[in-house]
Amino acid sequence: MLNKKIFSCRGTRDRSEWRAFILGIFLLLALGGIALSLSVGALSISLNEIITAIFSDTPGANRQVIWNIRLPRTLVGALVGVNLSLAGAILQGVMKNPLADPHIIGVSSGAGLAGVSIMVLFPHKEYLVTPFAFFGAMIAAIFIYILAWKGGIRPVRIILAGVAVSAFLNSAISALLVFYSDRVHGALMWMVGGLSARSWPHLDIILPYTIIGGILAILGARRLNILNLGDEIARGLGLNVEVSRIALTAVAALMAASAVSVVGLLGFVGLIVPHAARLLVGSDYRYLLPASALLGVAVVTLSDTLARVAFAPIEIPVGIIMAFVGAPFFLYLLRRDA
Amino acid sequence: MSIMKAEALSVNFDDKMVLKDLSLAIEEGKIISILGPNGSGKSTLLNVLSRNIQPNKGIVYLDGQNLAQLSGKKLAQQMAVLPQSPQAPSDLTVRDLVEFGRFPHQSWWRGKSEQDEDCVSWALTQTGLTQMADRVVSTLSGGERQRVWIAMALAQKPEILLLDEPTTYLDICHQLEIMELLAAFNHEHKLTVVMVLHDINHAARYSDYVAVLQQGQIFAAGKPVDVITEHTLREVFRVESEISFDSSGKPMVMIRGLTSINRRSRG
Repeated sequence: MLNKKIFSCRGTRDRSEWRAFILGIFLLLALGGIALSLSVGALSISLNEIITAIFSDTPGANRQVIWNIRLPRTLVGALVGVNLSLAGAILQGVMKNPLADPHIIGVSSGAGLAGVSIMVLFPHKEYLVTPFAFFGAMIAAIFIYILAWKGGIRPVRIILAGVAVSAFLNSAISALLVFYSDRVHGALMWMVGGLSARSWPHLDIILPYTIIGGILAILGARRLNILNLGDEIARGLGLNVEVSRIALTAVAALMAASAVSVVGLLGFVGLIVPHAARLLVGSDYRYLLPASALLGVAVVTLSDTLARVAFAPIEIPVGIIMAFVGAPFFLYLLRRDA
Repeated sequence: MSIMKAEALSVNFDDKMVLKDLSLAIEEGKIISILGPNGSGKSTLLNVLSRNIQPNKGIVYLDGQNLAQLSGKKLAQQMAVLPQSPQAPSDLTVRDLVEFGRFPHQSWWRGKSEQDEDCVSWALTQTGLTQMADRVVSTLSGGERQRVWIAMALAQKPEILLLDEPTTYLDICHQLEIMELLAAFNHEHKLTVVMVLHDINHAARYSDYVAVLQQGQIFAAGKPVDVITEHTLREVFRVESEISFDSSGKPMVMIRGLTSINRRSRG
């Protein structure tokens, strides 16, 4: 493994330097992604102009574009990146399964069914999509938890229950799309996930979950590290394994639900970003969580910028770009690691 | 004085009785080995003593307190547990892993203290791991890795250490190294050690007391010399044996073969 190579031939000091270095790179990428997303588009705006537009009151086209369109959209994208990648990182630790991501606990299929139902059955009430998707996600997650409960929670049972419930919900989504094929377009865009037309109200929905979830995740980092040693060792160290697992899953579910309810079913971030971060900073959650959050910001903002300009004036949903560019890059990391 | 007491433990897995009305007292500062054939319930007993499994009936007392009523952290400050072949993420260093042993002494708002640092370096020194503290655990040999887990348990500063077959998968030299390490700790720090062992001779040589389990009940318990007999080996393990005694009077078992009943049932 890459980590082994890096960590075994150097001392602890080098290792913490390496982690700080990678975190620094991720921070630069995140800031760069945000800056690029603000600057690039139909109207190209320089960094200086962005700063002027944000911090001074002089009215003008730049200020209009930045304040009303690009800034909120970029920030929504950044927070979605944070929420989904933290949720994925937490779930991979809690379930001790590399394939765990927000899909596994039913968040995506629950939000998907609720959101698509509104879009095709009540197309004039689109404002209901976000709250319904959020509740759909949470109900699906709770339902899977109850199904998986049998005198405690075993990760494998959650994963299997999650697969079954998601398959059930997804078939309901497909049925809706078949019956209302004339209204499929909007629903389809939403299911791929996109940031188009996302603005301040959306930011207000995600922000509390990012702040609270982020704090809880960082506080839970040591517990995640201990859970990764296996249930028996964790119990022996005095960790309440069941309570920790439920609490951390709940945090992940809330973060992921708030994100997908706003931007749709972005699939890639929650699975791949934590893995990419893990390959570079290692599996210590005290570093892995901030690394995942920063990389999540970078991936979503950069992908969204690309999604807006690649085929301008046509915008492609960011989910498509992310999987197209991100998957090969991840495969590259994986190959290099082996 | 007994540090730990199990009273009338019963454990069922579905409708199979794994432990039947089993009572056991563990004397403070001693090494106690639990022996028994496969499926006799020895690992289950250790799991109940470590509170990894709740018994269907019966109570375990630690220092006079009901084990079921202690908080996880309180318990982990008094008792360390090492399961069979534990797994760690592949990129953790020896020091990372040993530091986890301090978890029960830390809290939400307080990270590493000076005392934690001291305990970690103490545990590393005691287990002879200081030189490899920055090595990644996955690059170590099986014996070294087992020493790291023991160091983690010691960093907890427990009064009692529970181990499930700590020498499995190790070669004979590393097996003895682990046994000597535990014996030294028991001797120098009065650490009570309770372990499940497969090797009867190890148990005979290193334990103060031995409990032999058969079908969820204690067949015999006491000093090795009283418990490890040709009779016990024939009845419980179904092997014929010859017992000799070393210079300190500890029994040594030489297995001669399967019992005749066993041979017939196989033939």
